Amino acid sequence: MTKTNTEDYLRMYTQMVRIRTFEDNANQLYLSAKMPGLTHMYSGEEAVAVGICEALTDDDRITSTHRGHGHCVAKGAEFKEMFCELLGKAEGYCRGKGGSMHIADQSHGNLGANAIVGGSMGIATGSALRAKLQGSDDVTVCFFGDGATAQGLWYEVMNMAALWNLPVIYACENNGYSEYTKTEEIAAGSITARAEAFGIESHQVDGQDVLAVNALTNKLVARARKGEGPFFLELMTYRYHGHHVGDINREYYRSKDEEKDWKENRDPIVRFRGYLVEQGIATEDEIEAINTAVEKDATDAVAYAEAAAYPDVSEVDMHVFSDIEHALA
Amino acid sequence: MREITLSQAVNEAIAEEMRRDPTVFLMGEDVAEAGTPFKVLSGLVEEFGTDRVLDTPISEPGFVGLAVGAAMTGARPIVDLMFGDFIYLVMDQLCNQAAKQHYMSGGKLTVPMVLRTNIGATRRSAAQHSQSLQALVAHIPGVKVAMPSSAYEAKGLMKTAIRDNNPVVIFEDKLMYQDKAPVPEEEYLIPFGEAHIKREGSDITFIATSSMVQVAEKAAALLDAEGISAEVIDPRTIVPLDEATLLASVKKTSRAIVIDEGHQSYGVTAEIASRLNEKAFYHLDAPVLRMGAMDVPVPFSPALEDITVPTPEGVAANARKLCAGEMIHAA
Ligand SMILES: Cc1ncc(C[n+]2csc(CCOP(=O)(O)OP(=O)(O)O)c2C)c(N)n1
Ligand SMILES: [Mg+2]
Repeated sequence: MTKTNTEDYLRMYTQMVRIRTFEDNANQLYLSAKMPGLTHMYSGEEAVAVGICEALTDDDRITSTHRGHGHCVAKGAEFKEMFCELLGKAEGYCRGKGGSMHIADQSHGNLGANAIVGGSMGIATGSALRAKLQGSDDVTVCFFGDGATAQGLWYEVMNMAALWNLPVIYACENNGYSEYTKTEEIAAGSITARAEAFGIESHQVDGQDVLAVNALTNKLVARARKGEGPFFLELMTYRYHGHHVGDINREYYRSKDEEKDWKENRDPIVRFRGYLVEQGIATEDEIEAINTAVEKDATDAVAYAEAAAYPDVSEVDMHVFSDIEHALA
Repeated sequence: MREITLSQAVNEAIAEEMRRDPTVFLMGEDVAEAGTPFKVLSGLVEEFGTDRVLDTPISEPGFVGLAVGAAMTGARPIVDLMFGDFIYLVMDQLCNQAAKQHYMSGGKLTVPMVLRTNIGATRRSAAQHSQSLQALVAHIPGVKVAMPSSAYEAKGLMKTAIRDNNPVVIFEDKLMYQDKAPVPEEEYLIPFGEAHIKREGSDITFIATSSMVQVAEKAAALLDAEGISAEVIDPRTIVPLDEATLLASVKKTSRAIVIDEGHQSYGVTAEIASRLNEKAFYHLDAPVLRMGAMDVPVPFSPALEDITVPTPEGVAANARKLCAGEMIHAA
């Protein structure tokens, strides 16, 4: 399924704007002390999640990370349930039990964010094993950061995925940093070479170019469905905010100039917007109308979530076990 | 006496021991320039350099394994595990490797390493960043477990841990890093296995670990006004455990509540309560109660999270029932 028509392009643009807008609002909620805890912003990396998830259907699964809002939106989630979750409200995707770092959206195949770096690598590969065993043609994409490549689990599951030709795509979002440390200080050698060592076909892609990401993923997903997986993608990208919303003074580990360069010269949304206008796919007015509509959607969802109810305290011991309503009753 | 934060106390203890003993080194994720996300170790890399303050990749089993090997061959590593929840990742290195070397080698090998990590819910960090997992480690013979309840204990216990010839895990409560307490300028160590009587009382004993000591002290203050006199004891290390001090107190008061932030079932509270039952049975006027975290994964929503941990009001309420002779589990 290649996406070449206008509708697909506009949807990709809209989804990227939705992610950026979601994050701006989440950041605002943090700054105004309305959001419990901390959260990790996806801003700057939109083309990765959207380019990949637009190549997937609702039957395809993804596993996400601590920086997971982008994956969640790109896989089709609604703002209302997402903001409710971020505020710990009962109508959130996880009834307020998970919060930002555990947001999951079963209805669109998002198996969940994960607060353990690399913690989803087994889950994603297991999902692909299930697809193979049950003769299903769905594909699982495992998102993780450059820092997560240091987790031994990845090497164990890649080996099995390669041995058994599992339909899994490992998508490493290389944003240059893990927390406050540059990638080159914590990753020896080449990251793609690590996957290649298992005989896994690997690609390095410009993660700020949504069309490049999408075109490549379309091809790999089609091949994975036919049993030609696994694959590895290293997506070169950048996070605009700090490691988390509280990481404000970060000049000791990365310069303002570097941040400025990525924002001004490689922004995935600005780039794609320019392309759409230049190619006559959308006018500036149409683009502005999309932006305004997304903005309104977010404002409404935030207002809804702020007014929404917290879960009743009786929910605290629900969902500890399946099929047992209250674990402590 | 000057007051410093728990964070500064840990920092001072490590700096002093690194000055004293060149074989002590530190490693973990973002421990150098960043000084950890909690900024506990800030300034150490400036003094000791990157040869003794090592930033590691996000490879917890790997760097804990390195610490075990370095410790077995003449170094004294201090490993920083950013969140106590990551202890699951390093269990093999800690419990199969570090804990057993001395015993398996018939006393020939030693593993003088410290693993410092944290516990504590109510920070809105959800199920994988809020757990208090000290019971998992305390269950394994061969590892010592320290649980500082203030800056004073944090410093004295850390210095003892670094000089100890065994693997020691120190669990700091991450909500207490900014809490201040009087800490002497002059050097001191706190021996392991010596409980501290924080407050004397005659009607009931509260045995509490880490931040639960504050909870117990607040409960004791609430009860004071009602004429119930509570003794508060901080074991300071749960392995080794100062049984003698706990037993003497319970024999005096005849009632006890044990409070720890780990899950209540199969936990630290159960172990201590059962020792009191075994060794002070005839002195007890009421069953020994356990108060731990609710047996659920820590929920994110503030509306739920706050009810999962012991509170001063909850402790006081249970104490009233015990002192009134209500056998609250008699049914
Ligand atoms: C097992 C584990 N170790 C450490 C952490 C703390 N931590 C959270 S995010 C992070 C950095 C992750 O970097 P990367 O994988 O590159 O993802 P990014 O944040 O850059 O998106 C660290 C060390 C964790 N959550 N889990
Ligand atoms: Mg990264």
